Amino acid sequence: MLRRASMLLACRSILAARARPFSTDLPAAPSADATFTEAWTKVIPNMDPPKTPLSFMQPRPPTPSSIPSKLTVNFVLPYASELATKEVDMVIVPATTGQMGVLPGHVATIAELKPGVLSVHEGSEMTKYFVSSGFVFIHANSFADIIAVEAVPLDRLDVNLVQKGLAEFTSKLSSATTDLEKAEAQIGIDVHSALNSALTG
Amino acid sequence: MASNAAVPFWRAAGMTYITYSNICANLVRNCLKEPYKTDALSREKVHFSISKWTDGKPEKPSFCSVFIRSLHLPDMVANL
Repeated sequence: MLRRASMLLACRSILAARARPFSTDLPAAPSADATFTEAWTKVIPNMDPPKTPLSFMQPRPPTPSSIPSKLTVNFVLPYASELATKEVDMVIVPATTGQMGVLPGHVATIAELKPGVLSVHEGSEMTKYFVSSGFVFIHANSFADIIAVEAVPLDRLDVNLVQKGLAEFTSKLSSATTDLEKAEAQIGIDVHSALNSALTG
Repeated sequence: MASNAAVPFWRAAGMTYITYSNICANLVRNCLKEPYKTDALSREKVHFSISKWTDGKPEKPSFCSVFIRSLHLPDMVANL
């Protein structure tokens, strides 16, 4: 009796899984809120329904059936938008798991960034930024959203300050007592050594 | 199932991701060359107003504008 019950459950879940598409294949997002407009016209047929936030947003493009030739990148910071829907060939992001190259048609991924160099490759030109930390969301429709707190082009960094900071935090680590101080010193070392290798490498 | 993977060292030390991310950003800002550095320092500022409450009524709020580096939030909240 228990075996039959588990078989029934398995059959039902398999059927449901086959019917449901992959959650990473995105259909085009709706640009107007259909349920809201229907409900409005039912109650107040004389007035036009007000616009909802959804209608002000640009609809999400659908996942194309063949791999697109360019990757669309949105690179944003809290105070500015560095790249807004820019079509590029490839970006290399400094994920915590290592440097990750993102090409068009990349599998949908969410990656946390560590302090490191982000490079945007467009044709024969390459722009490098040093990113302090952040996230990259790669969608199935070859859109990549890179968000960072602080991102600077490499020529704005001062080598002497970097090396001074590295020495300072190395000494702080050896003199740290509490866990929190040790963690802060370790963060300082990580960031400054990443800055150092970005400037020298 | 398996427990969570090894937590990052900063979370093991009791720091949240936002604190970690802000510390990283501050360190990067401090390594900038001159004209960019002064622009960036204005971004570090945190503006807030604190008001203490006594007997269910708020007292006069105090407005502060502090560099986030010098802010040790747990200590500040404890001292309120």
